[in-house]
Amino acid sequence: MVQGSFTRQVEVGRVVLLDTGKLAVIVEIIDHNRALIDGPTTGVTRQAYAYRHLTLTPLVVKGLPRGARQATVKKFLEKSGVLATWEQSAWNKKIEARTARANLSDFDRFKVQKLKNKRRVALGPALAQAKKQQA
Amino acid sequence: MARNSVLVPGVSRYSRTAIYRKKGLYKIKKYDTAPAAKDAATDKVVEVKGAKNGGKRTIPANKASRFYPAEDIRQPKKSRKSVKTAPLRGSISAGSVVILLAGRHRGKRVVVLKQLDSGLLLVTGPFRVNGVPIRRVDQAYVIATSTKLELPEVDAKFNDAYFKKSKDVKEKEFLAKKESKVATSESKVADQKAVDKVILEAVAKTPFLRQYLAAKFSLSKGQFPHNMKF
Repeated sequence: MVQGSFTRQVEVGRVVLLDTGKLAVIVEIIDHNRALIDGPTTGVTRQAYAYRHLTLTPLVVKGLPRGARQATVKKFLEKSGVLATWEQSAWNKKIEARTARANLSDFDRFKVQKLKNKRRVALGPALAQAKKQQA
Repeated sequence: MARNSVLVPGVSRYSRTAIYRKKGLYKIKKYDTAPAAKDAATDKVVEVKGAKNGGKRTIPANKASRFYPAEDIRQPKKSRKSVKTAPLRGSISAGSVVILLAGRHRGKRVVVLKQLDSGLLLVTGPFRVNGVPIRRVDQAYVIATSTKLELPEVDAKFNDAYFKKSKDVKEKEFLAKKESKVATSESKVADQKAVDKVILEAVAKTPFLRQYLAAKFSLSKGQFPHNMKF
């Protein structure tokens, strides 16, 4: 559902990313500030949540009835396969890369540095050669 | 009688030592330096002269003093604090790689062998990798990394007494000119080689580890230790 240039709507079934980093589904809209969210399979308790503390994703759980209780939400989540789509998405991949980089140990950082140098040393002259041949 | 005054809030007219003199605090003894003498015996038996006096009498061993000081001087309170060696940080154990933060080997990554009785860490480069000999280091001057090696227990001969400098060595070091160094004894060199042999075997098993120990740690732009995981 697109309204003008807005592609992501606050609606029942919209998958949202909480500021804490977890995914949840909007189950009911409370008012202009809050929605009732639930994430039975992602570890989010059913609760009222303010929009300012979440981000809308392009994913929607289709057909979720308004105010559905936890068991129904779980059923629809699993049926839609939304979480699997999320895992594959570029957005999630970037988040995972960021957390992986932040959790590197001192030794890991050293290994990354050495491997990056190795890659540069291998790629650089090869790239220069390819450019030369094209010219 | 107020002996001090305030010029500006936080600044007084007379300094702490000036006030000390003005009040004559040098004359007032705050604490009694000598602890109160304890009497070993409380009573003694004494022979008394005279036929009808009972012959013997028990009297206090030390006669009570006729004079007491006008003011009682305080006895200093006995401290209940006991000095203990620093407990080993949870992140440091035998075989942990650790970054030295101070001293001539600052920035070097080094292997922890064990904690000594004094609380200091026993540490080695290994010497062939980064030039750090078997050395003692305070764990407060160290960043513990999560990298650990599997090491057998170190020889018990490495303790605080092992590092104590003998008198003649101290003299030699004092007399030696700044340029020349006092040579390490052969036994110490042998000890170093023995300890390092085991460690180098363990180091060889992990790729990049030897290079890692040889490299120095430094911060680059945008790196903040409180935000980094070690």
